[in-house]
Amino acid sequence: MRRHRLVSILFVAPCVFAFAMNILIPFGFGLYYSMTDWNGVNPDINFVGFDNFAGLFSSPDFIYSFLITVAYTAINIVLVNAVSFGLSLIVTGRIRGRNFLRAGFFIPYLIGGIVLGYIWQFIFNNALVAVGKSLSIAALQTSFLSRPGSVIWIMAVVNTWQYAGYIMLIYVAAIQGIPASLMEAAEVDGANYPTRIFKILMPMMANAFTISLFLTLTTSFKQFDMNLTLTNGGPATRFMDTPIKASQLLAMNIFSTATANRMAEAQAKAVVLFVALVVVALLQVAANKKKEVEL
Amino acid sequence: MTVVAAPGKQLKPARILLGALVALLFAFFMAPFAMVVLNSSKTSREIIYNAIALPESWGQLLTNVRLIFTNPTVDYLGAFWDSTVITFLSLVVIVLFSSMCAWVLVRSKSVWSAVLFMAFVAAMVIPFQVLMYPLVRWMRVIGDALNFRLLGTVRGIVFAYLGFGCPLSIFIFHGFIKNIPYELEESATIDGCSQGRTFFLVVFPLLKPIIVTVLILNGIWIWNDYLLPLLVLGSNGVVQTIPIAVTAFAGAYLKQWDLILTSTLIAMLPIIVLYLFAQRYIIKGMVEGAIK
Repeated sequence: MRRHRLVSILFVAPCVFAFAMNILIPFGFGLYYSMTDWNGVNPDINFVGFDNFAGLFSSPDFIYSFLITVAYTAINIVLVNAVSFGLSLIVTGRIRGRNFLRAGFFIPYLIGGIVLGYIWQFIFNNALVAVGKSLSIAALQTSFLSRPGSVIWIMAVVNTWQYAGYIMLIYVAAIQGIPASLMEAAEVDGANYPTRIFKILMPMMANAFTISLFLTLTTSFKQFDMNLTLTNGGPATRFMDTPIKASQLLAMNIFSTATANRMAEAQAKAVVLFVALVVVALLQVAANKKKEVEL
Repeated sequence: MTVVAAPGKQLKPARILLGALVALLFAFFMAPFAMVVLNSSKTSREIIYNAIALPESWGQLLTNVRLIFTNPTVDYLGAFWDSTVITFLSLVVIVLFSSMCAWVLVRSKSVWSAVLFMAFVAAMVIPFQVLMYPLVRWMRVIGDALNFRLLGTVRGIVFAYLGFGCPLSIFIFHGFIKNIPYELEESATIDGCSQGRTFFLVVFPLLKPIIVTVLILNGIWIWNDYLLPLLVLGSNGVVQTIPIAVTAFAGAYLKQWDLILTSTLIAMLPIIVLYLFAQRYIIKGMVEGAIK
């Protein structure tokens, strides 16, 4: 029996060790550093309590980043889910080549955020501008990425392009889990297409909607790679009488704060992001619990 | 495949309209790839002159690829190799150690195993931003103390990927192993199989379908990951990955879209080719990973 125990310990050891070294210990330090004056240079790190957090809520760049991240997330939740639900209806329908379409819609998800950011930057800064010039469309001749008001919408479009095919797969799996006889019975009873979608299909897919909603929420909230290479935070704009970057989402704000050697402040911002994600996770758990009760 | 949500008998014009709409949507999804191929086959001058025209000669694509691979400032071929090695080794250790760990966590009914499992699951909420700078500092401290360098090395980043990849992988394996009947292992034990042999000879082969899922989920993530390699390997270290090389190109050749787009084309080609061959598995793996 003792031997049995030893083998068990050996089996869990590699993961537990890697997990402790890469996640648990850095996480502990991360919480601690958010309450210090760590600047990445000076080896003396002093405890300062909640000073860093107090400063955050009066710093325009952080408030702005937080607000546009929330806005960006809200846009994505609607856009990504609407588009992917539409796609899932197309590829489960009677249209010819539906397997080919499904495979094609998913491809963008395989491309990393860094790479696709550059590609779309080229499209908005060069390709669309070229189209605007050759067709003499004034609206296209200045890049969408240089307009502070619309830049997060553009990012949401790119994000939708990347994620819609993935979320589509979740909806497709849900649709295929619904007995075909149900939809046929409704059709025989004279329910038209929209009625069948809204009254039968969508209620039956409630679980898939919950999963997709939270998936879109957390990925948008943590968005970084595409933000970096598509806009790099730009263009410049003003908020609370301070010059700030119009498309600098929260994760990128943390990154640029740390790059400026304000490590402790970056750490405090990251803790705020963490708390926000914990709240989201708790909401998700609650939503799942509620569903279990209903079943 | 069952057809469940299709519009019923339709008038012809409506059908044509729907077809056109779908074609348009599909074109929107594919357009960026067309733009990349189109402009990777041009010279910088051609792109500035007209970004949407057809290239003067498609042969320019090969010239651009050669320019990328022989570039003196960014060792793209080296990055390609390092990315392959890092992804491969990380996947091996993640699959092996996560499945071993998950199996013990499922089969042992102690308080410890429940606590450990909860810790792995809870850790998935932590965003990378909270950990990344303390992690780098910690790796440096440990490396100096033990005289075993982790920063800037393949072993360092593979170890980090094991740490960051194992919570989700353990979670997925855990769900799968729970449904394997215990009787199989029991009879192996009665036949005199040791615990280790039972796992590797009886349980591990049964995990094949879920291993594919774990490989795909982690593989796509690691191949495309940017921040972790940037922090652990540095932006101009000896060991590089493809996303870092692509940003290095874009940084060194500002607005030289012929080179930047060709480097993105080379970066995404392997994963798209793999997808075309293993599409069925990849789609299945992604769905399972998401629903769990």
